[in-house]
Amino acid sequence: MRVEDFDMFSTLLKQRSGLVLTRDKAYLLESRLMPVARKWNMKGLEELATTVRTRKDEALLRDITEAMTTNESSFFRDQKPFDQFRQLVLPRLMEARATKRSLRIWSAACSSGQEAYSLSMILNDEAARLAGWRIEIVGTDISAEMVERAKSGVYTQFEVQRGLPITMLVKHFKQNGDKWQINPQLRQMVSFREWNLLGDLSALGQFDIVFCRNVLIYFDQPTKAKVLESISRQMPQDGVLYLGGAETVLGITERFKPVEGQRGLYSLGGFSAAGAKVA
Amino acid sequence: MKSCLVVDDSRVVRKVARKILEELNFACSEAEDGKQAMEACAAQMPDAILLDWNMPVMTGIEFLRRLRKMSGGETPKVVFCTTENDLAHIQEALSAGANEYIMKPFDSDIIQTKFAQVGLL
Repeated sequence: MRVEDFDMFSTLLKQRSGLVLTRDKAYLLESRLMPVARKWNMKGLEELATTVRTRKDEALLRDITEAMTTNESSFFRDQKPFDQFRQLVLPRLMEARATKRSLRIWSAACSSGQEAYSLSMILNDEAARLAGWRIEIVGTDISAEMVERAKSGVYTQFEVQRGLPITMLVKHFKQNGDKWQINPQLRQMVSFREWNLLGDLSALGQFDIVFCRNVLIYFDQPTKAKVLESISRQMPQDGVLYLGGAETVLGITERFKPVEGQRGLYSLGGFSAAGAKVA
Repeated sequence: MKSCLVVDDSRVVRKVARKILEELNFACSEAEDGKQAMEACAAQMPDAILLDWNMPVMTGIEFLRRLRKMSGGETPKVVFCTTENDLAHIQEALSAGANEYIMKPFDSDIIQTKFAQVGLL
């Protein structure tokens, strides 16, 4: 790929999605953008680059952005955060919201929805204790295609074997040919919307729990800070933020503080895990 | 080091599974059908069994039912690994005492997470 084409694509992606691509990632750009070029009946990446330069076709720019944003996901990814959610975060926040009896959870950059649905399975297990509560799980992603997939709740045989225990597959999914669809009861707990994390988040409302895992790693420092600041404005003082295993708020923003003793968990300062034990 | 018995009539599948499991630090042995697997278990109960369904001589499900009645046969974690991918087969396996279920084709990620879920890793 020509250097000037790489630079053009990486500037475009930075503006639209916050994604930072260094030159050693040229292979990634090539492998992800070739299918886009083919879809648009172009010969290759040079033609794609030329077209982007001369004709700002929104549909094409969107396809390029979607192709480059990583859509890797699995059910109960990393497991530990979900144990933490079940054993610590959920009970503590249920206590704190005992009069309001409502909880809003956000799966930010939700990809094909596995994280949001994993949470719905946990909440379904707790259904008895949550009777009369208003529970809302919202998944957002920059990719319209991912949001559509997430809404459908349909997964391949390969996807349902990533992180999902077989008993949960049997309990919560219906088989349809070689695909598996999550049951309507869980689907109705979750809503999905197309949303750019770099944009205005205020219309999404307030969230008690935010999962924003393995998203910041794709951003540069100022973008990380900006995203964390805007997420913080959508959260109450005692809300909690989940980041991915390789991510932190330290050195990026002062607004979030690590929750003591709980890896990957952050709050604006009002959430305490004191005395908690997560197996 | 934990032990795993790989039961599959395909030598290729056994080889692939064995490689993945050895990378996960299991000591592996192999059996070509349910009967050979019974003999291996009678000699020494493994910690884990990766089990195909359709095999000559004795099928995986028949082996599993017999295993769970053997003395010490409750201990091994049994993970089915089969092309049978419908709900009815999965339910039959679970009620016969399988701990997890992998639908072929599989990869190392799937084996790893399934083994972790049943507490083998």
